[in-house]
Amino acid sequence: MPENIVIIGAGQAGQQAVQSLRSEGFKGAITMVGDEAYPPYQRPPLSKAYLLGTFERPRLFLKPDSFYEEAGCELLISTSAKAIHRAHRTVELSDGRLLAYDKLLLATGARVRKLRCPGADLAGIHYLKTIADVDGLQSVFQSGKRIAIVGGGYIGLEVAAVGAKRGLDVTVFEAMDRLMARAVSPQLSAFYAAEHEKAGVKLKLRTGVEGFEGGAKVQRIKAGGQTYEADIVLVGIGVVPCDELAVHAGLGCEDGIVVDQNARTGDPHIWSAGDCTRHVGREGHSIRLECVQNAIDQAKHAALAMVGKAKTYSEVPWFWSDQYDLKLQIAGLARPADRLVQRGRPEDRKFAVFHLRDGVVAAVEAVNAPGEYLVGKKMIAEGKAIAPETLADMSIPMKQMG
Amino acid sequence: MSPPKFKVTYIEDGGTAHTVEVAEGWSLMEGAVKHLIPGIDADCGGACACATCQVYVAPEWQEKLPPKGEMEETMLDFAPDVRPTSRLSCQLRMSAALDGIVLNLPKSQH
Repeated sequence: MPENIVIIGAGQAGQQAVQSLRSEGFKGAITMVGDEAYPPYQRPPLSKAYLLGTFERPRLFLKPDSFYEEAGCELLISTSAKAIHRAHRTVELSDGRLLAYDKLLLATGARVRKLRCPGADLAGIHYLKTIADVDGLQSVFQSGKRIAIVGGGYIGLEVAAVGAKRGLDVTVFEAMDRLMARAVSPQLSAFYAAEHEKAGVKLKLRTGVEGFEGGAKVQRIKAGGQTYEADIVLVGIGVVPCDELAVHAGLGCEDGIVVDQNARTGDPHIWSAGDCTRHVGREGHSIRLECVQNAIDQAKHAALAMVGKAKTYSEVPWFWSDQYDLKLQIAGLARPADRLVQRGRPEDRKFAVFHLRDGVVAAVEAVNAPGEYLVGKKMIAEGKAIAPETLADMSIPMKQMG
Repeated sequence: MSPPKFKVTYIEDGGTAHTVEVAEGWSLMEGAVKHLIPGIDADCGGACACATCQVYVAPEWQEKLPPKGEMEETMLDFAPDVRPTSRLSCQLRMSAALDGIVLNLPKSQH
């Protein structure tokens, strides 16, 4: 009997798993279940070109519908999984159906973290994670409107950049003392703060949100002891892993579904990949990654393991963000104690910050500097030691350092 | 109204050719993905962030293409198996001028 694989979650990781399972020779049945109304699509453009209106919806889809037909993958959209019955190896669906599996992949992703403060459930307070979220925001995202953005991370700042471009009056509220504090070095935070201010975006740092006021919809935001008028609110304060199914099924979870370096859970029939997982990263620390790279690479490794070709997942994580005409590319995971080496000058709007740990490149943040990014990523993968003076020396081309 | 479509031929490393139609304004990377052409990974989805959509453009089509931007130029500098005819297909937009363009695909994007 050929085996039967069920994938819960129809996002980037789920789609990649279908592709990799077939390319690795899996011949059995594949069923993918997704709770959104769409087949797997790209999320990164949602807060960028899709919100701006320069990238139409059909272009978001990772694959045409024919991909799933040709791959022999039954795609059940607008369907959620309600429970996993491990003893019987079945998944219970929202429509009451039971799907039997030999092997199960949990690619459930993450959901937005919600604000919990007075007025947080008023109409006009938006979050951004899905096509439906952006379509809802689009309808009110108009020139002259005042938008209050809660959270100065990637999502908040990408929306701020699009808003400024579209002629909205944009204010960003960030509780920390700098932008993208969780993700980038202080140099990058300062550079991006200046760029946003130049574009007319008002930044309120060290300003936690206390609540919202309004009638039928939100009208005011209270933050840092003050009240600000707002027509629209967009909240981007991070995501939480969708691990409830796994928790209820008794699988090991610690703020994410715990998997090993082959994307295996503690159940020999269940794997997990993407934003929903927690795994031991290449540096030996337990991490949860929310990015396209992890969705793709972990799903590839899950597929390999599911067909009996397990290979250790140790790829270097990479990320990007588009704000204005600035392309930010990051590889590796920085830590506060890293030694920072700057290459190039922020005033040229083209520079990079390398993070050295024990003399070895551990992470790189590059702004409009793809050479620094690509060579940096290679150095991280190879664990290359390099002198800080060499890295900072612009007279030595990056290519010679790789 | 949907945009007009033009023909593109993608040739896999092994020689298999696929001639498909790609809508005006779409990138030639999107055209390949849309038609399930093997050999273009496009991990980043067209953000010029990953260099996994490299193609080799037949010489007679080279001059019809817009020049490389700085990002594309540098990304290609570091991509595997780069040739003088290399381009990142996510940066090439379909247009009437490119109707019939022929693109060769590398053996691997990684």
